[in-house]
Amino acid sequence: MAKSHKPVVWFPFAAGGTVIAFFIPVIVLLTLMAALGHVPAGLGYDKLHAFAANGLGKLIIFGVVALSLWSSAHRLRCTFYDFGARADTLVATVLYVGAIVGSLFSAVYLLRI
Amino acid sequence: MSRKPLVREVPPTTWYFRHPRYLRYMSREVTSIFVGAYCVLLVVGLQSLSSGEAAWEDFLMALRSPASIAFQFLALIATVYHAATWFNATQKAMPLQIGEDFVAGNIISGAHYVAWAVLSVGVLIIAGVF
Repeated sequence: MAKSHKPVVWFPFAAGGTVIAFFIPVIVLLTLMAALGHVPAGLGYDKLHAFAANGLGKLIIFGVVALSLWSSAHRLRCTFYDFGARADTLVATVLYVGAIVGSLFSAVYLLRI
Repeated sequence: MSRKPLVREVPPTTWYFRHPRYLRYMSREVTSIFVGAYCVLLVVGLQSLSSGEAAWEDFLMALRSPASIAFQFLALIATVYHAATWFNATQKAMPLQIGEDFVAGNIISGAHYVAWAVLSVGVLIIAGVF
């Protein structure tokens, strides 16, 4: 039976879609509050730094950021196609590489904390 | 003898104006632009957090620019729309059968909305909003 590489793309896509749906709106709300001058206590440097310094905190932050990056890269690829861009291989390469690089940078930043 | 197969012309860049259903589909597709851009903002935030308190305070100040506020406001609408349409689709994507009967679709979607509300309030509590 022919093996497909699609599950490798699809699993993080579905997981990312779920993470985005459940968590990204409330995270946007938190940064929007900070932007409007009401910085939530949890976004203060000491609190957030302590959360990210913890191993579980690092894992949660990395999971949310990396899965969201991968899922949005895949969705953006489809969006490009739907708007008429037919250079799919180029678009897919740029977006997936971008998502992987963004995830690697996130991991490096988290390990530095 | 040559046969002329029917080739239906589909305009590649304007096809979604042909039917309101396609427009709804595209309006959901467009939310991915905001989610993607917001992910980049999250990575930049992580960089600031890892560079010390001064860098983090600079990041929080940068969030206050009018362009940033406008972007985040649109991103909030886009991500809420994305989440709602995602949960509405769960009843089609994951039908649940108990015994002979299928669980009603709005119970499946409703359960997702309840979970969404509980998780969001949980995150707000952890973040010290209340």
